[in-house]
Amino acid sequence: MTTPFYVAPEQMMKDRADFARKGIARGRALVALAFDDGIALIAENPSNNLRKVSEIYDRIAFAGVGRFNEFDTLRVAGVRAADVKGYQYSRDDVDARGLANQYGQILGQIFTHEMKPMEVEILVAEVGPSTAEDQIFHILYDGTVMDEPGFCVLGGDVERINAAMTDSFARELELGAALRMAVAALAGPDRQIPASELEAAVLSRSNGRRCFRRLPDQEVESLLVSPA
Amino acid sequence: MGMPFFSAGTDPGSSLPEVLRRLGHDPFAMTGVMGSDHGLDIPHATTCVAVKYADGVVMAGDRRATSGNLISHRFMEKVVEADRYSAVAIAGAAGPAMEMVKLFQLQLEHYEKVEGQSLSLEGKANQLSGMVRSNLPAAMQGLVVVPIFAGYDQRRHTGRLWTFDVTGGRYEEREYVATGSGSLHAGTVMKVQLRADMDRSTAIDLVCRALWEAADADSATGGPDTLRAIYPVVAVIDSAGYQRIDDADLKTRYETIAAQSNR
Repeated sequence: MTTPFYVAPEQMMKDRADFARKGIARGRALVALAFDDGIALIAENPSNNLRKVSEIYDRIAFAGVGRFNEFDTLRVAGVRAADVKGYQYSRDDVDARGLANQYGQILGQIFTHEMKPMEVEILVAEVGPSTAEDQIFHILYDGTVMDEPGFCVLGGDVERINAAMTDSFARELELGAALRMAVAALAGPDRQIPASELEAAVLSRSNGRRCFRRLPDQEVESLLVSPA
Repeated sequence: MGMPFFSAGTDPGSSLPEVLRRLGHDPFAMTGVMGSDHGLDIPHATTCVAVKYADGVVMAGDRRATSGNLISHRFMEKVVEADRYSAVAIAGAAGPAMEMVKLFQLQLEHYEKVEGQSLSLEGKANQLSGMVRSNLPAAMQGLVVVPIFAGYDQRRHTGRLWTFDVTGGRYEEREYVATGSGSLHAGTVMKVQLRADMDRSTAIDLVCRALWEAADADSATGGPDTLRAIYPVVAVIDSAGYQRIDDADLKTRYETIAAQSNR
């Protein structure tokens, strides 16, 4: 019988974290930010079908970066958890905080117990009755849950985009201005991202019961043109 | 309760009732129920109608629920928006019927979120048929639920409507449907006054008239109640989606009908 090699727990966790981080860093980035009427979610995504941003519940949206099949499994689990809770209790009882914690538990469990950690970073956003009550939760591959004030960046090249967003972010912007800021941060100084390569959606307070709305390419294009 | 996570082989897909069943909340689990045959008076909802017109469908239902010979609710809404392009109208035992409509609405939204696109209109009708069938054990004990389903088919650009029987049988109708205790009278009015390619206003007048006659002859169907300002729920579904007709509009239509009837 062979004796398994001893690996220090610190080393094991570090290896797993490095593995997950590498997988996530390969993908393109996504920005979520609060604007005057809610929360905007913008991702660089050339595909029109494999969505990074989607609806979870009336006031809640989901976004993920990294491996598509892994974050899509998490998205569906979130839709199920929200719909079951709303069925069992009331639509008012479904909230982003509860979902974010459940995601954190699952990701933490998989990170420590499974062969391979999930190579994903996800975000759960909820619009409140006013800007002050908007919530953005950022959940990492190891289950860490962070409550992000105002904006949040996920995916590859995070440090540069985060720095750009920190410099330019302001509260209570209108949608066009918020979108232009996020796209400028995603693109960096040397390039332009066409609307067809962007996936944009909003959680809008003024959209009725279901706040989630995808922005079609044409609308994104016209919003990206800054008013003279 | 933790987040529902299933392995790839046993994933329930986009069916919310199946997810609920797996998690121990079977929506159709009813043990030891007794219908009105057993001396238990359960509120019942009555007449609902739907008719096709040139650009879509019009659906209407009275507001009364009865328990035996008593009126148990005056404000019941039996025509319910299922999603943007479809609606359900229910007749039968009010409790299970409302529960079924709630589950149906949730299922349509659940499917749309999980799959990223809406079910086809026929797919929606089929889903409702499955729910009526699941209710069969309760129906055998008296808790019968028979819905009408109508909507605008965005692929075929036309209104479509379906009736169901207690076993989940699903029948697509060409022109109109009526269900509930006053359906004989309401159905007759529609059959006689129906015109091909009616416009929207004519179709609304027709369903109002049908409910008027049903209420006139059937004690379990409520007519327009001017004293309390209660009017039937009338909804139009066309390419712009579900729109409910407001009470002010219905009030003038019923005043016209009343004036004609007094002659």
